[in-house]
Amino acid sequence: MEQQYIELYKALHQLIKQNSATIINELRDAAFAKFESMGFPSTKHEDYKYTDLKPVFSADYGLNFKRLDFPVNPYQTFQCDVPEIHGYQYFVVNDGFYPSKEEHNGNLPEGVIICGLKEASEKHPELVAQYYGKLTTPQNDALIAFNETFAQDGFFMYVPENIQLDKPVQLINIMRSDVDMMANSRNLIIIERGAKAQLLVCDHAMDDVNFVANRVSEVFVGENAVYEDYKLENTHAKTANLATVLIDQKESSDTLTNIITLNNGISRNNIEVAMNGEQCESELCGMMVGANQQKIDNHTTILHNKANCHSNELFKYILDDVSVGAFTGRIFVEKDAQQTRAYQLNRNILLNKKAKVRTRPQLEIYADDVKCSHGATIGQIDEQALFYMRARGISLPEARLLLMYAFTADVIENIRIPTLADRMKMLVEKRLRGELGMHEGCTLCMH
Amino acid sequence: MLEIKNLYASIDGKEILKGVTLSVKPGEIHAIMGPNGSGKSTLASVVVGNPAFEITSGSITFEGKNLLEKDPEERANEGIFLSFQYPVEIPGVSMVNFMRTAINEQRKYRELPPMSASDFLRYMREKKALIDMDNKLTSRSVNEGFSGGEKKKNEIFQMAMLEPKLAILDETDSGLDIDALRVVAHGVNKLKSPEKSTILITHYQRLLEYIVPDYVHVLHDGKIVKSGTKELALELEAKGYDWLK
Repeated sequence: MEQQYIELYKALHQLIKQNSATIINELRDAAFAKFESMGFPSTKHEDYKYTDLKPVFSADYGLNFKRLDFPVNPYQTFQCDVPEIHGYQYFVVNDGFYPSKEEHNGNLPEGVIICGLKEASEKHPELVAQYYGKLTTPQNDALIAFNETFAQDGFFMYVPENIQLDKPVQLINIMRSDVDMMANSRNLIIIERGAKAQLLVCDHAMDDVNFVANRVSEVFVGENAVYEDYKLENTHAKTANLATVLIDQKESSDTLTNIITLNNGISRNNIEVAMNGEQCESELCGMMVGANQQKIDNHTTILHNKANCHSNELFKYILDDVSVGAFTGRIFVEKDAQQTRAYQLNRNILLNKKAKVRTRPQLEIYADDVKCSHGATIGQIDEQALFYMRARGISLPEARLLLMYAFTADVIENIRIPTLADRMKMLVEKRLRGELGMHEGCTLCMH
Repeated sequence: MLEIKNLYASIDGKEILKGVTLSVKPGEIHAIMGPNGSGKSTLASVVVGNPAFEITSGSITFEGKNLLEKDPEERANEGIFLSFQYPVEIPGVSMVNFMRTAINEQRKYRELPPMSASDFLRYMREKKALIDMDNKLTSRSVNEGFSGGEKKKNEIFQMAMLEPKLAILDETDSGLDIDALRVVAHGVNKLKSPEKSTILITHYQRLLEYIVPDYVHVLHDGKIVKSGTKELALELEAKGYDWLK
């Protein structure tokens, strides 16, 4: 399984490098060596126990190393302007950044750079070199090594000191191909001291072929900076969507990660938040709706490396049919991270006897003056509440819907952009009614 | 209006109702009294269709329709309302959303168009005023964090909103202080009309000072052992239930 990629790299590494940028290439061979020695993680690997990636990687996929442009202009064909949000909008089609071909977004605030990672590496080499790979290099993860071996481009965002973006940035990842396709895209996000940015990532799959996306993001959040990361996945049953997000927080910074998965095939989110300064705030939450054979695995790590930080984690799953969910919540409190407050909750509703969820809180606490809690529940819809609603004339399906929606409400309420929260509410309700299709393009925007 | 004939019901194989017969006509108020465990709440539950109970024999009709064939939501939309002894908390479902859904489901059942948002809010305001319901309660999730008294008041508020033909108040007075009791009773009396009927389930005579029943029945060990007028309630208050056994 690994062998075809090892041979591929050996044969094509020149081509891969020619079509990328120096800074990205510099880490490539070392990453390849790491991947070659590790191989893809099997379910024997503790971190990948619940999601078998073998079937994902054993198939054959096209890889666009030559960076051939798809003859599409997503800015025109993909009507995805969130009317209420008016964000700055960017597209990554498979693993290539598509620069806006017209004045699509208006002017960014002074000093803010948003472009493709390849372009950024060429135009701002010092800036990119200062950050690129700094969070991934210490990691021992095959998906990261694989990404670093093959990634040629991706999304780059730089918000300089004390600049607060006036509107959200929307990154739309589209998988678009007539044949089975793999994309390894790489994102780099730098929010400097005192700056603020909101990123909304939408993952979509356009065609009825097999897709694998293996995306890695490094996020640097400076002192007193605020970073919000919203992700909506609405792909399809043939998509394996693997995403790693590594967040580095400096003193008094504030981050929010909110993941909503409505339709997918196999999804794996590896999120790691490292609090490397005191007084950091971090909120990490998600809600997943699974049906049919959907598989959704969130693997989260929060590193309380410094004192006086606060993290709050909340993940909710609603699983029907034979769908499978997994949640791992690792919280690590360093010896000197006194006065840490770390809370974690994972709640699950199984609508069908054949649906499964596995939940693992993993707390490692080395400081002695901390407040930490974790909880996990797995249950069914509350029968008493259901009867109470029916006794008021509400039909069984409608009562179930209201209760399921209510179950997810606190995750949606965590969204700090009110218009986005309203939109998400509508989409979640549509999904729970079974009315949200998988090929609707950017569901955030289409009415 | 409501005809219960020789009704037997059980839960988890345990027989609770052992041949109850009761007839309620439009405009009447019936009080059902009896000691704990006599089957009062079970009777209320089976009339509204709680799926936890099994009807082993007998019949219940409402306006000539066989209730036992109907789902709980259909019974509600036919005009039967139960004020729960223990109202359920539903975190995440707002009172407004809950009531709007209930009203519109009822309208759909009666082949009426949904109520517009503004009409609904106006209607809700009227009903809140009628029973003196606090705004802060209707802006919260259903019953979440409500005190015992607030929950009972919320039941009466929902009753006012849904305007049932038959209201069953299951121990609505229990856990209420005298002021709350007065407010609840006042609400019930305001909603009274010649077409509407009420069944009060209680084991104290106290509530009956405020809501005067036309008939009083004593339920004991799953059967109605005595029926009479409001004087029976006073007699029970004085003598207890033991003399009826």
